[in-house]
Amino acid sequence: MTTALTCTNIHVDFDGFKAVNGVDLTLDRGEVHFLIGPNGAGKTTLVDAVTGLAKYSGSVVKDGVELRGKKVHHIARRGIGRTFQTATVFEQLTVAQNLDIAAGAGRSPWSLLRRRTVLPDNVVAVLEQIGLAGQAQTPAGILAHGQKQWLEIGMLLVGDADVLLLDEPIAGMGHEERDTTGRLLHEIAETRAVAVVEHDMDFMRAFASRVTVLHAGAVLASGSVDEVSNDPRVQEVYLGASHEQEAIDAATA
Amino acid sequence: MSRFFATRAGVWSGFGAAALVLFGAAPLLLSGFRLGLLAQFLCYAIVAVGIGLAWGRGGMLTLGQGVFFGMGAYLMAMHMKMADAEFRNGHGAVPDFMELAGIRELPAYWVPFASPVFTIAMILVLPTGFAVLLGFAVFKRRVKGAYFAILSQALAGAFAILLIGQQSMGGFNGLSRFRYFFGYNLDDAVNQQMLYFIAAGVLLVVVAVALQLRRSRYGELLVAVRDAEERVRFLGYDAANIKVVAYAAAALFAAVAGAIFVPVVGIISPASIGIVPSIMFILGVAIGGRASLVGPVVGALAVAWAQTALSEQFPSAWTYAQGLLFIVVIALLPGGIASVAALTKRFQAKSATVEAAA
Ligand SMILES: Nc1ncnc2c1ncn2[C@@H]1O[C@H](COP(=O)(O)OP(=O)(O)O)[C@@H](O)[C@H]1O
Ligand SMILES: [Mg+2]
Repeated sequence: MTTALTCTNIHVDFDGFKAVNGVDLTLDRGEVHFLIGPNGAGKTTLVDAVTGLAKYSGSVVKDGVELRGKKVHHIARRGIGRTFQTATVFEQLTVAQNLDIAAGAGRSPWSLLRRRTVLPDNVVAVLEQIGLAGQAQTPAGILAHGQKQWLEIGMLLVGDADVLLLDEPIAGMGHEERDTTGRLLHEIAETRAVAVVEHDMDFMRAFASRVTVLHAGAVLASGSVDEVSNDPRVQEVYLGASHEQEAIDAATA
Repeated sequence: MSRFFATRAGVWSGFGAAALVLFGAAPLLLSGFRLGLLAQFLCYAIVAVGIGLAWGRGGMLTLGQGVFFGMGAYLMAMHMKMADAEFRNGHGAVPDFMELAGIRELPAYWVPFASPVFTIAMILVLPTGFAVLLGFAVFKRRVKGAYFAILSQALAGAFAILLIGQQSMGGFNGLSRFRYFFGYNLDDAVNQQMLYFIAAGVLLVVVAVALQLRRSRYGELLVAVRDAEERVRFLGYDAANIKVVAYAAAALFAAVAGAIFVPVVGIISPASIGIVPSIMFILGVAIGGRASLVGPVVGALAVAWAQTALSEQFPSAWTYAQGLLFIVVIALLPGGIASVAALTKRFQAKSATVEAAA
C-alpha cells in the first residue's frame, strides 16, 4: 500500500517541556494505524503538530509535499482531516448542514452566496455510510454522543480527506457502537490512511492493522498487534499497568 | 407561525406587510414631524440589521458601528455643504462653517465631494473598504470576543475625538444647516417625505440582503464560525475571510444609514457617532434579538422611540435606564424579544407535560 504521510523526527516543546520528543511515524493507505500510550504520552500533541495547531521541529510530508509551517486550513485542504477528543460538531446546524459545510471548502464565493437546493451526492452517500441518513434534518446538538463522533468522521469523508487522524473516536460508546465504528474505520481505510488515538485495548486488538506505542513523547514500539503486545517494554509501561489493574480488579471483585 | 415565515409565501407576505405599513399606513397617519422622526429611527434600524448579521450570526460584538455610520454621514454631509456653498457663491466656494472658522481656502480633500457620483461611490466604498482592511488585520490575528469588542469601541471613541479636532470637518459642532439634497430643497415637506421613503426602501432592501445571506450556504458557514471557529479551520476554510464578509456588510449598511441620516436629521456631529451612540446601536439589537432577522429592526425602533420619549422627560434617568435595560436583557433574555415567542411555547409545553404527568 502507498504511504500517505511521513513524519520524521517530530519535536514539540512547551516552554522547555518536551511533549513530543523525536517521533517518526509513517501512515499507509489501507491501514487502520493505532496510536496508543498512557495519558500524557503526547498522542494528541502529535496530531496537533501534524495538523498545524502546535509548533514543531522535524518534517511532515504528505504525497511529497512538506507541511511544516503551513496554516491549519491549508493543511486541511491537502487532505488531512482530524477529529477532536471531545466531539465538536456545529450544534445549531442540522446533520446535513454540517456535512454540506464540510464538503464545501473548495466552493466559489458565488456558489456560497446562494442557497443549497439539493444535497451534494457525496453528502448523501456519507449520510448512509455513517448511519445518519434518518437524522439528516436533526440539529447536530441533540445527537447521541456516538452519533456526533460518526458525524465528525463523516465530515472528514465528504471533505475528501485521505489521511484521517481520529482522537479517541470511541470514547463513551457502548459495545455495539464500538464494533460499528471499528468496521466503519476499516471501510474508510480501504482507500485512505486512518490513524486512531485510543486507550481501549480490546478495541485496538480487534481493529488495528498496525500499532505505534508512544511513551513520554517518544515511540516505544511499533508493529503488528502481536509484536507490540509481546514487547516487554510495552508490557512494562502500558499493558503491564492495565494487567496489574485487572489483577487488582479481580482480587477486589 | 415562524414556520410560515420560513416559506416563500411567508417571506413575500412579510415583506408585503412591512411595505404596507412603511409606505401606506405611516405616511397617512403620522404628521410630518413624526414621519421625520420615524425616518431617523429607520436609519438606526438599517445599522441594526448589519449588527444582527455580524454579531447575531457571526459572533462579532461590533461595539463601534458609529465609525462606519459616521463615515457615511460625514461623506454625505461634505457633499451637501459643498453643494450649498456652490449654490450661494458659485463653483469652488468655501462652505459657511469654514468661513466662520476663518478657513479661506477649500481643503484639497473636499474638492472632489462637489460631485454627487463621487460622493455616493465613496459612501459605498470607503467605509466598507476600511472594514475589510481592519477585518483582515484583526481576524487573521484571531482577535475575538471581548478583545474585538473593546478594540472596535476604542476605535469609535478615537474617531469621534479625531473629528472634534478637525475644524475643517466642523469640529465639535459637526456639520449642519443643509439646504439641498441632490438639488431637492430640504425645507419642502414633500422632499422630507421623499427622504422618509428612501430610508424605508433602503431598510427593506437591507433586510432582503440580510435574509439572502442568512439562508445561503455562506450564512450556514457564518454560524459554524460563530459556534466553532477552530473546527471550521480544520475543515479547510480560512475563518477570517468568512468573518470579514459579514463585518464588511455590516459596515456598508451602517455607512448607508449614516448617509441617509444626514439629510433626514439635518446635522451630524461627533456626538452622534462616538461610543455612546455605538452602544445604543448594540442595545437595540440585543433587546430585539440579535440572532433573528427582524428582531434587530424592532429593537432599534423601540430603543430609539424610548430614548426620544423618555429623554425629553427624564434626561439623566435615560442613561441609567439604558444601561439597566442592557444588563437585564443580556442576563435574563439573551435571545431578545424575538425569543419570547419560543420561550412561551416551551413554557406552555412544559406546563402541558406537567399537567399530563399529574
Ligand atoms: N498547550 C500545552 N502547554 C503545555 N503543556 C501541554 C500542552 N498541551 C499538552 N501539554 C502536555 O503535553 C503532554 C502530552 O499531552 P497530550 O498530547 O495531550 O497527551 P495524550 O493525548 O497522549 O494523553 C502532557 O504532559 C500535557 O500536559
Ligand atoms: Mg489526548
